[in-house]
Amino acid sequence: MNEKNSTLLIYTLLYFGFLYVPVLFLPIFSFNDADYMSFPLAGFTTEHYEEMWSKRNLHKALWASIKVGVVASVVSTIIALFAAKAFARYKFRGNKISYGAIMMPFLIPEIILAVAILIIWVNLGFKLGLIPVTIGHTLFCTPFAMLILIARIEGFDFSLEEASRDLGENAWGTFFRVSFPLYFPGIIAALLLSFIISFDEFILAFFLTGSDATLPMYMWGQMRFVQRLPHVLALGAVIIVFTTFFVLLAFWLRNVGQEKAKKDIGIKL
Amino acid sequence: MNNSFIQINNISKHFVDVKAVDDVSFEIKEGEFFSLLGPSGCGKTTLLRLLAGFEYPTSGNLLIDGTDITALPPDKRPTNMVFQNYAIFPHLNVEKNIKFGLRKLGLSNDEIDKRVKDILTLVKLKGYEERFSNQLSGGQRQRVALARALVRQPKVLLLDEPLGALDKKLRDEMQLELRTLQKNIGITFIFVTHDQQEAISMSDRVAVMNDGKIQQLSAPNELYKNPENIFVSDFIGETNFLKAETNSSDGEFINVSIEELGEFKIKNNLNIPANSSDVVCTVRPESMMIDKEKSDWDICLDAKICQTSYLGEMTRFYVEAKGIDKIITVSSQYFNNQSFDNNECFISISLEDISILNKKKPVL
Repeated sequence: MNEKNSTLLIYTLLYFGFLYVPVLFLPIFSFNDADYMSFPLAGFTTEHYEEMWSKRNLHKALWASIKVGVVASVVSTIIALFAAKAFARYKFRGNKISYGAIMMPFLIPEIILAVAILIIWVNLGFKLGLIPVTIGHTLFCTPFAMLILIARIEGFDFSLEEASRDLGENAWGTFFRVSFPLYFPGIIAALLLSFIISFDEFILAFFLTGSDATLPMYMWGQMRFVQRLPHVLALGAVIIVFTTFFVLLAFWLRNVGQEKAKKDIGIKL
Repeated sequence: MNNSFIQINNISKHFVDVKAVDDVSFEIKEGEFFSLLGPSGCGKTTLLRLLAGFEYPTSGNLLIDGTDITALPPDKRPTNMVFQNYAIFPHLNVEKNIKFGLRKLGLSNDEIDKRVKDILTLVKLKGYEERFSNQLSGGQRQRVALARALVRQPKVLLLDEPLGALDKKLRDEMQLELRTLQKNIGITFIFVTHDQQEAISMSDRVAVMNDGKIQQLSAPNELYKNPENIFVSDFIGETNFLKAETNSSDGEFINVSIEELGEFKIKNNLNIPANSSDVVCTVRPESMMIDKEKSDWDICLDAKICQTSYLGEMTRFYVEAKGIDKIITVSSQYFNNQSFDNNECFISISLEDISILNKKKPVL
């Protein structure tokens, strides 16, 4: 190995260390038989996980996060699908502006988005809770879902849809029999990623939940009590594992979709 | 047979700044193999898409078999299309692709199975029912596309350059097959192509298009022998253009002075006006004779060969003739230029092979 390559290797290792070592502390300490996060490790235990499982409020928060995540990811994926189709398929007046408008939540600081929704929601006389959180998450997830779907739909051979119309199907039949099955991997990837983004989201939830905590809100609440820290570590470790799995699955599906599309239809003719 | 099976009445299609189809009217006969021929961007594909219902005309109307289809969506029209890239559904196998369009026709299961079986036999795809698009060759995909459209028994089959993606040998085969198929089933075919040889060899009639207008609509041999304007003459086969002016005319014949060659009496099929300089004479490369001896033909020019290219069945000579400032192309079965001393030669032309055209002609 020459000098240049070893420098690159060191850089790469440092980079991955920087990224993942802090995250690895969570699972390590979640199995440590002590209430404090400090070395040396005191011994192996699974009691933090047992404690975690016994917390009723955690179950409630988990259920709240799942509800918000499912609704937000489904709604934002549907909106994103329509938008992605429009941008990938048609040239229309104002398409750049609409694209920018949809991508905006991606760029606006989340806290500003949160405050804005909070002010409007409260002024309309509604109560805080999971509904405004879901609305905020839908807004926030849509650009991510759209980016994934545009990648899937661009390069799609739209004469397939014309062929379906030509063969007697109306617009809905064409969507369900041709477009949807072919966009499917992209749609699943967009759903998974939106769900994870919503599931992990803290700032919007912080401003908008009121008394119905989502999982990140629950964790934050527990951090104030030192003796409760270990079961939060256990919860964190579980979330890391699930999140990683979902994100990898989403990207794998997206790639499978694209590879298959290339093979089946060819690059757009 | 219905001579106005398809009526295209004053159809225009304007995109933002382009008149893709510009006030076009003509009729297509029932059971006809009809081609729309022209260079890319001439409006032929737009016209086909207007017939299929993928575009709606800016003005004008379209009738098929007496029914006005101008405003109907594609799924309500008695037409089916074979797409340029075939558009085989990649998530469905061959059989399901073919069955795709039968669902809405209200047929019994037995009838569906029978139709699928028959069409698979017709396009020679038996045994390929379970294959997917990526497991088929280009020619097979084309047959699936054809079967999928024909199985619905449309009144009109629209074909958008379906042979463009095939290699030469397969293309020639498919030309013959398509032609035979069309004659056997008797469905009206409208075939879009930019390949003049394809259009000429397959069609009953050809409409040559350019700039969104029909330049000429006639049988293939008429198109070649009697082109009605410069565009058609140039686009179909090869032609030499000679500068000319008309003098007096006696109706059937017209006196024409061709640059430097003198005055000749030429048959005036197109009612070219007398005393006009807005005309041009044409002569096809293969209607001229090239020889080292002088001939007694109507016109015999002293000339010099600049270049030759050997094409197999014939040789093409590029020739400079005295008094003509343009290179003239002559095709001949002479296989080499060894027989010419210093490339000196004589080119002979018979007057009946010279046509006279307006430089600009009002088109249909």
